[in-house]
Order: sequence, then structure tokens, then C-alpha cells
Amino acid sequence: MDGEADGSVTVSEDSGRRRRVHGMLKLYYGLNEEGKTPEQPESLDPCDINGPHFDPELYLNKLRRECSLAELMDQETCMVKQIRSLDSDMQTLVYENYNKFISATDTIRKMKNDFKKMEDEMDCLSANMAAITDFSARISGTLQDQHTQITKLSGVHTLLRKLQFLFELPARLNKCLELQAYAQAVSSHRRARCVLQQYSHLPSFKGIQDDCHAIMDKLAQELRQKFRDGGSSAKDLSECVELLLQLDEPAEELCDKFLSHARSRLESDLQGLEAEIRPYPSTSALKDASARRSSSAAPVGSPTDGSPKTSSLSSPSSNTDILEFIDRGCNEFVSSLCLVITSYQELFINHAQTGELASKNIPQMANGKLHAFVDDLAARYFSLVERRIQEEKGVGDNSLLVRALDRFHRRLQAVAKLLPGSAVPNQGTEIVIRAATERVKQYLCALQSFYMDSLTDVRQALATPRLSVAGASVAGGGALLGGPASGRDAPTSLPELLSSLSASILNQIKSVLASVHLFTAKDITFSNKPYFKGEFCSQGVRESLVVSFIKFLCQSSRQFCESAGDKGGSTPPALLLLLSRLCLDYETSTISYILTLTDEQFLVQHHSPVTPVTSLCAEAREAAQKLLNHYVKVQGLIISQMLRKSVETRDWVNTIEPRNVRAVMKRVVEDTTSIDVQVGLLYEEGVRKAHSSDSSKRTFSVYSSSRQQARYAASYTPSAPMDTNLLSNIHKLFSERIDIFSSVEFNKVSVMTGIIKISLKTFLECVRLRTFGRYGLQQIQVDCHYLQMYLWRFVSDENLVHFLLDEIVGSSAHRCLDPAPMEQSVIEVICERG
Amino acid sequence: MEDDAPVIYGLEFQARALTAQTAETDAIRFLVGTQSLKFDNQIHIIDFDDENNIINKNVLLHQAGEIWHIGASPADKAVLTTCYNKTSDSRLVSCAAVWRMPSDWETGSHESPDDSAHNPQTLELLCRLDDSAHGNAACVLWEPMGDGKRVISLADNNALLWDLQESSTQATVSSTATLEGKGQLKFTAGKWSPHHNCSQLATANDTAIRGWDLRTMSQIYCIENAHGQLVRDLDFNPNRQYYLASCGDDCKVKFWDVRNVQEPIKTLEEHSHWVWSVRYNHSHDQLVLTASSDSRLILSNMVSISSEPFGHLVDDEELSEGEDNHQEDNKEPLKDSVVSTYEEHEDSVYAAEWSSADPWLFASLSYDGRLVINRVPRALKYRILL
Repeated sequence: MDGEADGSVTVSEDSGRRRRVHGMLKLYYGLNEEGKTPEQPESLDPCDINGPHFDPELYLNKLRRECSLAELMDQETCMVKQIRSLDSDMQTLVYENYNKFISATDTIRKMKNDFKKMEDEMDCLSANMAAITDFSARISGTLQDQHTQITKLSGVHTLLRKLQFLFELPARLNKCLELQAYAQAVSSHRRARCVLQQYSHLPSFKGIQDDCHAIMDKLAQELRQKFRDGGSSAKDLSECVELLLQLDEPAEELCDKFLSHARSRLESDLQGLEAEIRPYPSTSALKDASARRSSSAAPVGSPTDGSPKTSSLSSPSSNTDILEFIDRGCNEFVSSLCLVITSYQELFINHAQTGELASKNIPQMANGKLHAFVDDLAARYFSLVERRIQEEKGVGDNSLLVRALDRFHRRLQAVAKLLPGSAVPNQGTEIVIRAATERVKQYLCALQSFYMDSLTDVRQALATPRLSVAGASVAGGGALLGGPASGRDAPTSLPELLSSLSASILNQIKSVLASVHLFTAKDITFSNKPYFKGEFCSQGVRESLVVSFIKFLCQSSRQFCESAGDKGGSTPPALLLLLSRLCLDYETSTISYILTLTDEQFLVQHHSPVTPVTSLCAEAREAAQKLLNHYVKVQGLIISQMLRKSVETRDWVNTIEPRNVRAVMKRVVEDTTSIDVQVGLLYEEGVRKAHSSDSSKRTFSVYSSSRQQARYAASYTPSAPMDTNLLSNIHKLFSERIDIFSSVEFNKVSVMTGIIKISLKTFLECVRLRTFGRYGLQQIQVDCHYLQMYLWRFVSDENLVHFLLDEIVGSSAHRCLDPAPMEQSVIEVICERG
Repeated sequence: MEDDAPVIYGLEFQARALTAQTAETDAIRFLVGTQSLKFDNQIHIIDFDDENNIINKNVLLHQAGEIWHIGASPADKAVLTTCYNKTSDSRLVSCAAVWRMPSDWETGSHESPDDSAHNPQTLELLCRLDDSAHGNAACVLWEPMGDGKRVISLADNNALLWDLQESSTQATVSSTATLEGKGQLKFTAGKWSPHHNCSQLATANDTAIRGWDLRTMSQIYCIENAHGQLVRDLDFNPNRQYYLASCGDDCKVKFWDVRNVQEPIKTLEEHSHWVWSVRYNHSHDQLVLTASSDSRLILSNMVSISSEPFGHLVDDEELSEGEDNHQEDNKEPLKDSVVSTYEEHEDSVYAAEWSSADPWLFASLSYDGRLVINRVPRALKYRILL
């Protein structure tokens, strides 16, 4: 209610200043505008001077109580002022209202007089209208007869004009024919046709009809001729067809004619395209290749000479590049195909649907014909395009192909729009997909051959410089253990080769990925096809490109182990080592890096199961392990071969007293050292078992000599042979069985241990096959001591070397006819001198 | 079913030479020749009592020198050949000879086994197979299943075919074949084929395996680079005439069809060091025994290239093992597999032999003089038999 009152106040305020004054007065007298008593809560206050419940006594008392004298005085003057102004307002209002009453009374009086005058005039008007009606009725009665006569006459006139048209029709048609205004002729004839048909029983009409028919036949003949000529423009042609249709020419025949006509033109386009495919070595092809060379050099990015690659990259010599070819195909074939489709549809389908032809199932028939026609031609076009794409074997510049495919695909969309149900665009997409997969395959091949080429380069790099340094290494053999022997064996520095190899492979992968990525670029029309979003990324790129390549890498690496296994080491050991490191690096980081890169670039969504990183890593690790094992085997074999020959070719019974360590032992130590350096370049040191406090030769001499003494002592006494066995058996009880050709770990120490194990075991087996004289045994002692002095530092557990060397000395003592061991001190002197 | 524990016998001397007594088909008996430079060498006749799992040994003296190879006559139990080294004037000579065991060695041992060790009887020399012109003998091969009249000795690069006459007391060289080529060629091993009417011989030198026709003494095939390194031993499949097994220093055992020498039909890589000996089981050629200097003996079941690739064709239905039923259903070839690895030896195992009396039993000899007698696991035995 409060709001209501407020609302009313605002309305009244809007209506003007006068009204407000009015309102205030009303308030003063206790009425609101509607005459209701406002029930505002504040107005209940008896001290509110403007409120209805105002109590002067209370108010005065309140004032007296609350206010000072000065305030009371002010209050009084204020109140007197207000009373005065209210009085003057009241006077003004009374005066205004009085004036209004007077003018209102005047107006009412004037109106009374005017109405009386108007009534009289209305009476007069109705009398006049009655007279007019009367007159009008009389006039139409007199004119009735003439009117009917005129109507009849005008009817006759029209009929006569129609007859005249009919009689003049043959002449007119002839004239039209002369002027080649075929459209006009046909429309004239159409107008007359029914009439003539209707009245054909009358001889005169019959004559006219015959004449017309003759003319129209001629006309149709002419139209058909024109249609057949084919030189005419599409617009003319369509006009022709339209007219012929109107002349009841059979639509089917027309369709066929139209299409065969179009076919001849399209076929000439196709032949033009086909001519371009036919390859012949022309200068343009060479130019093409040379132009491509510059672009292909960048992604290859390796120090290798470009000649083998560029030849593989340059496309087979067809005289135009693929983009030009597709452009031509689009501009000539596809656009004229579209034109044909549009005009055909315009003529036979859309047009017919509106007209009476629709009833004859013509649209369906025409549509069917069109589809067959388009499918047929498109199939030929596609086969041409596919042939052309297949020629595109070079992998240099992918953007050209992608752009060409894009254009090809884009232009087919026009066909799709024109011909909604057609299979053509899908086939086109399929061609694009095939081209893309084919391309991915080519990239895989290119990557593989690149990898193999890189390996050949590495092989060469490993092979060539070594020859020059090999001589120097022999000369510097004496100091080989003292000074840093770095880079003796691999001057081109294996780590550098490794890093350049892996970097160039990685670069190549990246550039291939970038090239393939073009297929999924946003501005390419076919990139949003589901295939390119899903399967292409996951199956195509990830699986058959990246994963296949990694698998190939592992597999080809493994093949190095197998092929070289029996038929002599055709693979240089350094390459094995390098590849093993490469595979290991792949396992630890590169594979996941490449796959992450691929996944990120291609936003691969794995709908179908893909090869997980872990299995690839496992494969790489397996390859690395195999390569390293093979490396150990090959290197061990080289050293064993040396040892075996040295043991087998000597007459150990009749040898002279040892004065020197045999040269072959020095050679063994040298080779071991160089292998150690080589492995150290690529693999970490690895963990050794803790050395005894003094790991020098002294440990060995004490250890071995005591044991040897025991053995020899045992051998002297006839009752002792069991003891020998016992001793060695006890020893074996406490040492673990040694697997000679076993897997090694990925570190230097483990590799070296493997090689030394193989070598020493060979030494042992060879010694057991020989018989020794006294000095033979001593020579073996010297040799073993020498080996011990140098080999312990390479292995993880020096006890292993101790044990094997012990076995060797022990076995040769057994195989000795006159076992008189050399003094330990003499052995030491000899070894130190050597 | 528990397999019997292996039986171990220790010799006092180191030993490399082991053979089964080929002519003995009732008792399980092996002959071992020792290698000692300082003492008289011995031939240990080892009888295995299958029922009690006990070994009985008899020792015969072989004073001529340390024994590198031993061969038992297929016709006469008492006759054997050895290749031995002897030293004279600080020169080493390898010789070969035919010996006869004294007839009463067996009786003596029965009375007092200890006695025989202290007073061993000596072998009786029948004849020497020496021909100083032909170099050092590596091994002597008896004609398989023959009448004990023909032996072949391999000496350096010569193969000599001997005829033994006058109850083996006289030997004459009937024909020879010589390996020609660059460098010092030397036969390392050989095997007389039991097929083709015993007219073929296979030999190994370095990494090559060669086949010889004994009628013309000419080479009939050659497997170059059969192994990556030295070929150590050969054996013919007793049931498939063209199949040959070889082993060598590349730790591999290879199986060949000599009609196609380009590629082995099968390769095993189970050993971790040189393989010194390979032996087909005489009756069940899927069982192959290999001995290696990694101190292991491995028994493999090479079903796919055996004469019974589909297993025994009549399966026993009582056998409830799932695997067997499975095979019955599919009739698929059994998988080749390692049956067992025997780790009783602690030194290089240089020889392994199947018993001639019990096809399920074999012996192996390691350098430290330990002879171990083992049996084929029963489960496998029954699977093959049933």
C-alpha cells in the first residue's frame, strides 16, 4: 500500500507543477487525490504538522519542552510564513476554477444552437439521394440491349483474330525459321498446336496443321543439326535442348546425345592429360631434378655426398610436375565436367521437374544417366591421376604433392556439391589416402636407405683413418700403458661419429615428419577427413613410419650379429660397438622422444592399439645387448686366435729358457688396451669389485706362487695326485662357475671382463692340448705373470684373472715333463724388463 | 617319478678318452684312458650295475704313453685301439695301436677289487698302426658294425684305411687319402658313416667338414666354414643317412643334411664355451648329447629333424599328461628342446658317450678325471617309448 501511494504521487508529479501544488493542498485538507485517507504510518504521529492526526496541543507542548527560546521564535516565524503562502495559494486556485466554470457554461450553450442547424441539412441530403437513385435505374434500363450486342461483337472479333493467327501461322513460322528465331517459332507453334489438333477434322485446318508440322519438322531438324555440331556454346546448346524438349523430342535420346557430345570434349581433355603422363626424358626433367636437388639437400643435412640421394629424390622424368598436372586436370577436366553437370541438370532435371515432363520419370532417368556418365569419366580421370601420383617417387619436396592432392580433392568437392549422391568424391578421397599411405611407405624406404647409407659412411670413416694410425700404434707400443693412449684406435673419435650419426638420423626423421605433417595441415581440405585425423596419424605415420623405422633399425643392427657370426667378421668391431651404443641410446631416450614428437605433431588419438614405447625400447635394448655381446665375442675371438696360434705353433718341449715375455703377450695387452680405450669412448666405466688394498702384481705373485708351489709339490710325490684334484676342486667349490660367452652389461668393465675371459679360457684350453718341457712351463709362467700385471685393471673382479691364469699355469705344470718352476723373483725381473 | 641320481666316479689322473665297449651289449661298460706324463697311464674298465647303482672298476696298464683317443672294437669285446703320445729323446710322438685286454681281467677284479688297483694287469699289444711317413695320429675309427677287421686312422692330413689280419696282429694300409691344400692341414676329428654299406667317412679339419668315399678314397662333399672356428667333433645320425651333427669352438652344435651343404638345417647355441663332443643316441636319434668346456653336458631333444618327427605314432591313452594328449590331437611336430643340463662336472668335459647296452644311459668325462653316469629323464623316456 505504501508503494501504491508512492506510485500515485509520482504520477501526479509528472503531470505538472500545478497539480503538485494541488496535491499539497489536498494533503493539507486530509484528502489524497482519490479521496482516500492516506494511511501512511508516519502520518499517525500527532506531532507531524502535515499529518492527519496532528494535535496542536501535543505539538506545542513538545516544542516548548524541546526547543530553546530562539528556536521557538524561529519556528514561529517559519510557521507564520508557511500559513501565509498557503492562504495565497488557496486564493489563486479558487479564482482559476471559477473562470473555468464560466467558460464551460458558454460552450454548452453554443453547441445546442449548432446541432439544430445540422439536423435540417441532413434531411435535405436524404431527399436528394432518393432522386438520384431513381434516375440511375431508369438509365440502365434503356441501355441494356445495346450492351449485350457489344459483348457479342467483341467475342466475334477475338475469334476472328485467332483464326487469322492460325492462317498466318505457317508464314510466320517460315519467317522465324529464316531469322533463326527458333524460340519464338516454338512458342507460336505451341500456342496453336492444341487448337489445330482439335479442329483437324476440318479440311482447312488440316492443311494448316500439315504445313505447320512440316515447318516444325524442319525446325527440329535444324535444331538437332545445331545440337550435333557441337561448336555452339553451352548456352546455345542448352537453348537447343530446351526447344527440342518442348517439341516432344524423346528426352532419353537427347540425354544420350548431350552426354556423348560432352564426353567427346571431356575425353579430349583426358587425352591431353594422358599425353603428359607418358614419360620421356626431356630437358625439363633434368631441370626438374636439378631444381629439386637444392630443396632436397636441406632435409638430408648430412655430410655425405648428395649424389646417390638426389638421384633417388628426383622424380622420374615426366615433363610437368605433379602440381601442374593436377592443375591442368582440374582446370580442364574437372571444371568442364562441372559445367556439363550443371547444364545437364538445368536442362533435364530441374527444368523437367517443374514442367509436364516430370510425369514421365524423366528426372530419374536423366539422373541415372548422368551418374553413370560422371562415374565412367571420373574413373578414367582417377586412373590417370593415380598413374601420375605413382610416378611421384621422389621424396624431396612433399609440399608439391600435398598441394596437388589438396587441389585435386578441393575441386572434387564441387562435383560433390553438384551431384550429391555421387561416389566420385569418396573415390577421390580414397585416391588421396592411397597416395598418402604410398608416400609414407616411400618415406620409410627413404629413411631406411638413408640409415644404411649413413652406416656405410660410418664404416668408411672407421676404416680409412685407422690404416694410417695403425703403424704409429705399434711403434708407440712400449709406452702404451703409461701415457694416455686416447684416440689411438679411433681417430675420428667414436663419440663424434655416434653423435653425428644419431643426429643425422634424428634430423632426417624430423624432416620426414615435417613433410608428412603437411598432409594434416589445417588449410588442406582433406585433412579433416576422419582418416587423416585418426588412422593416418596413428597407423600411417606412427606405426608404419616411425615405429617401422625404429624396428628396422633394431633389426638391421641385429643382422650385423648374425651375418658376421660365422663367415668371418665382415663388420668392423668398432661399428658393432657404435651401433650397440646407438641402440642403447634409443632405448633410454631417443625412442620416447621420437614417439612423443610424433604424437604431439600429429595429435595421435589411439583408436586402434599401437605399439607401446616399452616394447620398442625392449627391442632396442635387446638389439643393443646382442650387438655388445657380439662385439665381445668378435674382439675376444681376435685375441684368442692370436693366443691359440702362439700356443699351437710352438714346440714347447724343446724351447729355450725364457728371457723375455713373448711378443704375442705384449700384443695381447696392447690390443686389450686399445679395446679398452675404444669401449671407454662410448660406455661408462662400470662397477668393479673393491680392489684389495694393493692390487698390483705383488698380490698375484704371492697368491699364485704359493698355490703353484703347492701344486708342484703335490705332483712330485707319487701318492699325491688325488691331492692335486682335491686342491683344485676345493678351489672350484669356492669360486663360482664362470660362463665364458655370457651376456655383458652396458659398461666398459663388463665388456672388458667378457673379452679377457674368452681370451684366457682359450689360452687354457690350448695349453691343455700341449706338452711342455721345463722351459716351456717357465715361459708360460712368465707370460701369465705379464698378463696378470696388466690385465687386472680392466676387469670387474681381478680374482677372475687370477683364477684363470692360475688354471693356465697349473695346467701347463701338469702337462710338463719336467716341472721345475721358475723363481718368482726372476719372473718379476723378466716381466719388468719387458 | 624321481630320476635316479647321477653316479660319479673319480679317476686319479686327468683323462680325455672315453668310449663305450661297443661289442658288449649286455653289461653297461665304458672304457676310459688317462693322461699322465709322469706315471703309467691306465685304462679304466668301468662297469655300471644298473640295479644297484654301483660302479665296478678294473684297471689295465697302458704303459706306452698318455691316451688321447680310445676306440673299442665292434666285434671283439677284448680288442681296442688307442692313440697315445710318447716322449723319446725329448721329442713327442703320437702313435696308434691295437690292444687286447688280458682274458682274465674280469675274474681278478671279482675276487679282490682293491688288488687290481695295486697290481694292475697290462694290455697286450696286438699291432701298431704306425706309419711314420704319415705323421701323428689323431684318432682311430673302427668300421661301424663291422667284423673288427677294418680301421681308419687319421694322422695329420692323411686318412689311412687299415686291414687287420691274423686276429688283429698284423695291420696293413690298404688305401690312403690325403688332404691337399695350403698351409699345414690337420684332421682334428672324424667319423665313419654307418650308412651306405660303410663306404663313407666324414672328417673335420679347421672349420671345414669333408666327406670321403672309402672305395675311391676321394672327397665327395665339403662344408666349408661349417663352424666359425675349429670343428671339434662329428657324429652321424644312426637312422637318417644324410644327417650329420657337428660341434666346435664357436659354442654351436650344427645339424647338416650333406646333400645341401650351404646351410645347416638346425643350429643349437646352448653352451657357453667350446663344444668338444656331440653324440646321437644309437636308437632314438632325437636325443643328442653334447659336452663342452663350460663344464656342462647338455641333452637335447631334436625331434624336428629326427627320424620320428611326429613322435611315436601310437600314443598311449593311459598317459594322462596334458602335453601328450595335446600332441595326440594335433599330430604336430614336437618342439625341439633342451631336455636337461648336467652340471656335475667342475672342469671341461671333453667326452660323452651313450652306453651300447642301455640306450637310456650315458657317461661323460671331464678333464679332472671325473666320470659321471646319467640317465635320460624318465618322463622323456616314457614319452618316447609310449
